[in-house]
Amino acid sequence: MAVSIDEAVSPGPVRDHTAPAPRRGGRGRSVLELALLVVLAAVMLFPALWMLETSIKENRDVYAIPAKFFDFTVTLDHFRDVFVAPGGGRSAVSVSFLNSVVVAGVSTLLATVLGVPAAWAYSRFSVKAKKDQLFFILSTRFMPPVVVVIPIFLMYRQVGLIDSKLGLILIYAAFNVPFTIWMMKGFVDEVPPEYEDAAMLDGYTRLQAFWKFTLPLLVPGIAATAVFALIFSWNEFVFAIFLTSSDDVRTAPPAIAGLIGGTTVDWGLVAAASVVFALPVLIFAYLVRKHLVAGVTLGAVRR
Amino acid sequence: MGTVAAHGLRKSFDKVQALDGVTLDVPDGSFFVVLGPSGAGKTTTLRAIAGLEKLDAGSVHLDGRDATGDTPAARDLAMVFQNYALYPRRTAYENIASPLRARRCSSSEIAAAVDRMSSLLHIERLLQRRPAQLSGGEMQRVALARALVRSPRAFLMDEPLTNLDLKLRVEMRTELTRIHRSLGATFLYVTNDQVEALSMADQVAVLKEGKVQQVGTPTEVYERPANRWVAGFVGSPPISLLACRAEGDRLVGAEGWTLPRPRWTTAEDGRALLLGLRAEDLSVEQRGDAALPGELYGLEPLGDRTVVDVRVGTEILKVKARPTVTGTQGERLQVTVDLDRAHLFDAGTGLSLSRAGR
Ligand SMILES: Nc1ncnc2c1ncn2[C@@H]1O[C@H](COP(=O)(O)OP(=O)(O)OP(=O)(O)O)[C@@H](O)[C@H]1O
Ligand SMILES: [Mg+2]
Repeated sequence: MAVSIDEAVSPGPVRDHTAPAPRRGGRGRSVLELALLVVLAAVMLFPALWMLETSIKENRDVYAIPAKFFDFTVTLDHFRDVFVAPGGGRSAVSVSFLNSVVVAGVSTLLATVLGVPAAWAYSRFSVKAKKDQLFFILSTRFMPPVVVVIPIFLMYRQVGLIDSKLGLILIYAAFNVPFTIWMMKGFVDEVPPEYEDAAMLDGYTRLQAFWKFTLPLLVPGIAATAVFALIFSWNEFVFAIFLTSSDDVRTAPPAIAGLIGGTTVDWGLVAAASVVFALPVLIFAYLVRKHLVAGVTLGAVRR
Repeated sequence: MGTVAAHGLRKSFDKVQALDGVTLDVPDGSFFVVLGPSGAGKTTTLRAIAGLEKLDAGSVHLDGRDATGDTPAARDLAMVFQNYALYPRRTAYENIASPLRARRCSSSEIAAAVDRMSSLLHIERLLQRRPAQLSGGEMQRVALARALVRSPRAFLMDEPLTNLDLKLRVEMRTELTRIHRSLGATFLYVTNDQVEALSMADQVAVLKEGKVQQVGTPTEVYERPANRWVAGFVGSPPISLLACRAEGDRLVGAEGWTLPRPRWTTAEDGRALLLGLRAEDLSVEQRGDAALPGELYGLEPLGDRTVVDVRVGTEILKVKARPTVTGTQGERLQVTVDLDRAHLFDAGTGLSLSRAGR
């Protein structure tokens, strides 16, 4: 995760990858800058690098003292263990990955389907106390999950949503809808309302005008917003560990955390599972890197 | 059929009263122009009639039926937007076809209609381009084509010619008038260009700060402005207004001049008045009994004529003259006034005092 944030706010070629930003200052300065950046990158990336190394080391080398940086035997055994249980069949971690895919995917879909039309409505229509409403919507995000997790736990137990994927999906969607509304409102504001006006005079209904004329222009914004929501749901740990317990419901973060503990820790397996876990986020972040920057700098976008 | 009537439209944005009781009556088949300066509420009026703006008060009647609550689609109007509002992802062809697609016309009908429009507006070569690849004038013509491609109840046009160069604008003016005649459709046309208004309109409504100042034929608006503001806004060079009052059979200027009192005024003695004189009703070349003494202040040669600025006391008169006129600044001269064509306004209310007598 650290890596994708890093990517999102990297001061490098933000807008256009073919044209790097011109350097300020002289040659001495750029060397200093470079040195500092290298140090920073090393510090930031070391844990990720170490995780990667551990995931492909043989167990012998994992526990070796002094630690082996380069001369270790490469193996993919840990990755096999991530997916295949010791006795054959699917491993618990691999099931948890599948659960994560379902929970993150469906909750993001839900948040997008609910949040995008809401953002459009907030952008286009005069709503009573619009600012207060929007602030209220955002304020639901101020609270850290740990604060609300106990009441939600009790509520879920009452209604039978405890230890179910649906329960997680609903709570993640609820957390992502405010975010989607806020981020998408910025994108909708950028699309002139006249296209919809023209479409309505052409003979389309208000909803058709939105669907056929505005929505296609919002696709990049929706993609960026959805990736943010996806990353949130994918990484979420607190709700997942409190609200789920059985192996066939658990998502990956608590499942991986569950690998640590007991008498011995199979660090190779933990590292390999973490690598597999981080991969989708990295790929998504890479795919929408331009929009991620747009999203992060959303406050600076003119209204 | 296609009558458009707006009654008492009121609309405010925060603190701005954009429309302050606008009433318009657009007869079937007429070319009705709403003329007003920037910010007068012209666009807001059109948007209200189109159903795009929620009104604070007032009603819109289409073909005699109350359409105030109808959706824009149900009103069956076509509009050319001031900023074109062409769909950015679609080609010019698709933009023009859009109203027909919304009505589920067959693709052969659409192709025929778009063809007809594109040759009418000379945009055949542009059909496959997107709006971003078009110049302002080209976009404006595509926007016109999108409106004209079907036969709605009435056409609403928001300054559709402003972004064209002068030559094209004059051409399109004639073209639009011709299209209007051949379609026999109702046009409600908004502009801040008085030449457009006077040359194209059957009827003109002059709008200022959300209020209709005067409705009439172009001649009426020009010849008999309802108030000093309309007189000043319509006409180029602008009308000259001189402060004066009536005294017996004389008009006495605040700057000391006197003129015979026009027969048609009913203004009582001593009331503060404004004498409105259009440039073509003044002359520095002919002699007459009614004349104002002044001095030459400047010459503005315009090719086919020259506008002579004459200073009378502290006020400036604009006088139309032949292009051959010459003179030196400060030179004393007499400005002959055609008093039968002059206008008198109440200096306080600005309302015309001329109409009754004519
Ligand atoms: N959406 C809006 N929000 C706030 N004020 C508005 C809005 N639309 C119009 N106004 C205000 O209402 C008044 C009338 O605006 P309108 O656009 O109708 O003028 P206009 O006559 O079309 O001017 P122009 O010739 O410049 O297009 C203006 O003072 C404008 O600032
Ligand atoms: Mg306007």
